[in-house]
Amino acid sequence: MAQPLVKKDDDRDEEADYSPFLGIEKGAVLQEARVFNDPQLDARRCSQVITKLLYLLNQGDSFTKVEATEVFFAVTKLFQSKDNGLRRMVYLIIKDLSPSADEVIIVTSSLMKDMNSRTDMYRANAIRVLCRITDGTLLTQIERYLKQAIVDKNPVVASAALVSGIHLLQTTPEIVKRWSNEVQEAVQSRAALVQFHALALLHQIRQNDRLAVSKLVTSLTKGAVRSPLAQCLLIRYTSQVIRETGVNSQTGDRPFYDYLESCLRHKAEMVIFEAAKAITELSNVTTRELTPAITVLQLLLSSSKPVLRFAAVRTLNKVAMTHPMAVTNCNIDMESLISDQNRSIATLAITTLLKTGNESSVDRLMKQITNFMSDIADEFKIVVVEAIRSLCLKFPLKYRSLMNFLSNILREEGGFEYKKAIVDSVVLLIRDIPDAKESGLLHLCEFIEDCEFTYLSTQILHFLGNEGPKTSDPSKYIRYIYNRVILENATVRASAVSTLAKFGALVDSLKPRIFILLRRCLFDNDDEVRDRATLYLNSLGDGSVAETDKDVKEFLFGSLDIPLTNMETTLRNYAQNPTEEPFDINSVPREVKSLPLVEKKAPGKKPTPLGPPPPAPTSASDAYERLLSSIPEFANFGKLFKSSVPVELTEAETEYAVNVVKHIFDHYVVFQYNCTNTIPEQLLENVTVIVDASEAEEFSEVGVKPLKSLPYDTPAQTFVAFERPEGTPAVGKFSNTLRFTVKEVDTSTGEAEDDGVEDEYQLEDFEVVAADYILKVGVSNFRNAWESMDPDTERIDEYGLGPRESLVEAVNAVISLLGLQPCEGTETVPNNSRSHACLLSGVYIGNAKVLVRLSFGMDSSKEVAMKLAVRSDDVNVSEAIHEIVASG
Amino acid sequence: MATFLSHETCPTIKNILLLDSEGKRVAVKYYSDEWPTNSAKLAFEKSIFTKTHKTNARTEAEITMVENNIIIYKFVQDLHFFVTGGDDENELILATVLQGFFDAVTLLLRNNVDQREALENLDMILLCLDEIVDGGIILETDGSIIAGKVATHSVDDGAPLSEQTISQALATAREHLTRSLLK
Repeated sequence: MAQPLVKKDDDRDEEADYSPFLGIEKGAVLQEARVFNDPQLDARRCSQVITKLLYLLNQGDSFTKVEATEVFFAVTKLFQSKDNGLRRMVYLIIKDLSPSADEVIIVTSSLMKDMNSRTDMYRANAIRVLCRITDGTLLTQIERYLKQAIVDKNPVVASAALVSGIHLLQTTPEIVKRWSNEVQEAVQSRAALVQFHALALLHQIRQNDRLAVSKLVTSLTKGAVRSPLAQCLLIRYTSQVIRETGVNSQTGDRPFYDYLESCLRHKAEMVIFEAAKAITELSNVTTRELTPAITVLQLLLSSSKPVLRFAAVRTLNKVAMTHPMAVTNCNIDMESLISDQNRSIATLAITTLLKTGNESSVDRLMKQITNFMSDIADEFKIVVVEAIRSLCLKFPLKYRSLMNFLSNILREEGGFEYKKAIVDSVVLLIRDIPDAKESGLLHLCEFIEDCEFTYLSTQILHFLGNEGPKTSDPSKYIRYIYNRVILENATVRASAVSTLAKFGALVDSLKPRIFILLRRCLFDNDDEVRDRATLYLNSLGDGSVAETDKDVKEFLFGSLDIPLTNMETTLRNYAQNPTEEPFDINSVPREVKSLPLVEKKAPGKKPTPLGPPPPAPTSASDAYERLLSSIPEFANFGKLFKSSVPVELTEAETEYAVNVVKHIFDHYVVFQYNCTNTIPEQLLENVTVIVDASEAEEFSEVGVKPLKSLPYDTPAQTFVAFERPEGTPAVGKFSNTLRFTVKEVDTSTGEAEDDGVEDEYQLEDFEVVAADYILKVGVSNFRNAWESMDPDTERIDEYGLGPRESLVEAVNAVISLLGLQPCEGTETVPNNSRSHACLLSGVYIGNAKVLVRLSFGMDSSKEVAMKLAVRSDDVNVSEAIHEIVASG
Repeated sequence: MATFLSHETCPTIKNILLLDSEGKRVAVKYYSDEWPTNSAKLAFEKSIFTKTHKTNARTEAEITMVENNIIIYKFVQDLHFFVTGGDDENELILATVLQGFFDAVTLLLRNNVDQREALENLDMILLCLDEIVDGGIILETDGSIIAGKVATHSVDDGAPLSEQTISQALATAREHLTRSLLK
C-alpha cells in the first residue's frame, strides 16, 4: 500500500524463489482447518490443508495444547471420507500431533476398523499409527490382530506389525514376548524386508538368553537369509556370539569364523563391508584371520564411490592401531587417497599411513601432508598432529623433518586445541629425543613471542625453566623469557620470573645478570610477580657467581610429591583452627585418594586458571587416623602409615556382617573389625574377635579393644593390635572367630532380656601381605624421578610368570601384588599387544620412595616373562620388592 | 562398551533431511532424541550444511562426520539430501537409505527434482519419508517400491508408478528427451 518499492522487490523475489507456502501463517491455516467439519468433505482441499499443517510442524512451528487438540478432533472427522490419499495424510498428521491418552480413545475404533480393512495399505498404516500412539492398556485389545498381521501374506502389513513390535518391546516387553511363535514364522518369510524386521525383533526378544541367540545364529548361518539388511544383522549377532563363546582352546579355531569369511564374497557391498568390519573387530584377532578382510577392504579403497572409500579407510585406520603390519599392504592405495576430494577420507588415509609407514617413507609423507594441512579444519589437523607425534617416537632418527613440520604449523593460524596439541608434541619430542632438545626449545621460544594463549605460555615457560639451563648455551633463552616479563599479562609474567630464577639457580655464570633482571621485577604492578621476584632474590644468594645452595635447588625444582587435593584439605583445616605452630608440610597425607590424574607435565607452582582443582575427596585415611588416635590404647603407636581397604570376612546376607581394615604402623598393626548385626531379635554384647596368629609368626598380640554392645543394624568396631619387628614387612595369615554374648530382644518393645548366652561365630581368614606396606603415591614425571634416584640402588631381575590368559591379566596381577601406583597411564595394556612396559611408584614402609619399571613380554604359547627394575631410597627396599615378586 | 551395545542392535537412522540451497528446511524427519529442541535441530542442520555445501556431491553420494555422527549426502539442483546415523553404523546401509529416498523422490517428482517441485508436492515427500523409516528403523530401501506406496495414495493418480500406462510412460520419456536436448 504505502510501500510500492518494497512491493516490487517482493514480486521479483517471488519470481525467483516461488514457494506454495510463501507467506503461510499459522492462524490462517488453523482457520482453514474448519473445512474438516464440512458435511460435504472436499478430499482434495482437506489434503491441502493437512499438508499446510504438516509444513508448519516441519518448519518447527509448534501448536499450543488447545490448538493441537482442536486440530486433532477436526482431523478425526475425516475418517468418514473414503479417499485413499486423504486417509494417508490423516495417518501422517495423527502421528505428528502425538495426541494424549484421552484423545487417543477417539480414533481407536476408526483405526481398529482400518486394521481389519481389506485394503493392505490401510492395514499396514493403521497398525503403525495405532502402535505409535497407544499405551499398554489398549495393546491387549489389539494384540490378536497384531499377531495375525505379523504372518500376513502382504509383506508391507507384516513389516508394519514387526517394526511396531520392535518399538513396543521398549515399553511393554511382556506383551511383545508372547508373539515369538509368529515372529519365528516371519523369519522364514520369502519377503526380504519382512525377514529383516522379524530377525531384528526375534533377536531383541531373546537377547538376554544366550543359548537362544546362539541357536538362532547357528540355524540361520546355514543360509536361509535373503535380504542384505538381514544378512548384516546376522553378522552382528554372530560376532556377539563369537565374543561370548571365545576361541576353541583345542583347535584354536573360532566358531562361525567361516561364516563371516564367506560373507566377504556376498554380492551386496553392504554385507561384504559388514563382515570385513566384524572380522577386524574380533578380540585377539590373528593375522591369518585378518588377511581376507583386509584384502576386501583394500579393493574398496579404489572404489569410485566416496562412501565405500570412507568406510574402508576408516576401518583400516582402526586396524592400524592394533595391527599396523596387517595394513601395510594397502599403503599404495592409501597414498593415492591423500589427494582425495573428500577431506575426511584424505585425513583418515594420512593418519593410517603415519601409523603404518616405515622410516624411509617419512620424508615423502611429510611433504604430502604439508600441502594438505592448509585446507583442512582444525579438528582434522589435531588428528594429524597426534599421528605425527607417535610416528616421531617410533622413528627418533627422523626427528629433524618432523620437528620442522611441527614448527611450521606452529607458526600458522589455529585455535587453542590445535596449538596445544602441537606444543604437547614438541615437548614430548624434546623429552624423549635428546638430539631434538635445542632446536625444539628454540621453536617453543619463538612461539611464545607471539602466543595469545596464557595457558600455553605458562606451560612452555615452566618447561623451559627445567630444560633450558641444561643446554649448551643457556644464555640465548634469557632474551625470550625476559621479553615475557615486559610484554605479557600478570600470569605469564609470574611464570617468566620463576623461569628466570631457575636459570639463575642452575647456571652460576648467569647469576649476576639474572639478579639484575629479577630486581627490575620488584617494581611490577602485580603482587604475585613482585612476591616471586622477592622470594627468588632472597633465596638465590647474594648475586655473585657462586654455586647455589642444594636446599634452594631442591625448593625450586623438587616436584611437589604430595597430591594437591590432600594439600588443599590440610591447608584448609589449618586455616580454620588458628594456632601458633607453623604449618608442617609433612602433616599432609601422601596417599592418593581418588584415581590420580597423572599429568604429562609437572604441576605448576600455582593452579592454572584453566584447571581448577577438583573438589577435595572425603578422605578415608583421615577418618581412620582420627578414630585410632581417639583410642588411648593405640595413641602411642606413632603415625599411621597405611590403612587397607575393608576386606569382607563374611558372606553377604549372613546373620552378622564383618569386615576388617588393616592399619599399618611403623611398629604395630591394628585390625579394625567393622561388625553389623542383621538380626532384629538379637542384641550382642562384649563382642571381641579371637585371632589365631599361629600362621603369622612375626606378630605378637598386644591388645584387644572389645565392643560393649552391638544392637540391630548399627555398625560398630572392635580392634585387635599386634606388635611386629620395626620397619619390616612381616606377612602372615590370621584366622578369626567372633565371640559375643547374645541377648534376645522383644521386637515390639525393643527391650532386651537380662540373661544372655555366650556364642561364637566363625569368620573367614585374611592375610597381611607385602602390598599392605606400600603406599600408592604417584609421580608426575616418571622419567625425571627415575633419573634423580641413585643408580646404585637399582636391582634388576627377570621372572617367568607362566602361561596367562592375556597380558592385561599378568600386568594387573603384578600391580596388585606390589600395591604400587601405576604412572602415566601405563597400567592400560592395548588390546592384543604382545609386550608392554609399565611404570609404578610408591612409598615403602619406613618412608622409602620406590620406583619400578616393568617390562612384560608374551610368546606364542602365552608364556609371560617379566623384567623388573627397581630403584629406591634404600638398596634393601629394592631387594625387598624383588623378594615380594619372587615369593608372590 | 556402549558402542558395542549399540552395534549389536538393528541399524538405526537418526534423521533424514531435505534442505534447500541455502540450508533451509524443505522437509526433515528426526528419529533420535539427540536433538531435543527445534533450535538444536536447526543448529545441527546449519552445521552440516556449512560443512558440506561447498563439496561436490552431485554424481555420487558423499560422506562426512559431524559431532560423532556419520552423514551421507547428495545434491541435485537446489535440493540437498542428507541421512544421519551413529558413528558405529555401517556406512553402506546409510547410503542405501539415502539412495532409496533419492530415487523415490526422483520418481515421484517425475525427474523434476528441484525445490519448487518438492514444495508443490510436499505431501508426497512427507509420505515418502514416512515409508522409508519408522522410528529410526528402516522400512524399505528400494526407491521404486517406496514411490509405488506413496503414489497409490496420491490424490490425482490412482495407479502405482510401476503400472503406468503406455501413454504416461511415453509422456515421461518425451519429457526426458526434451530436457536433455535443451541442456
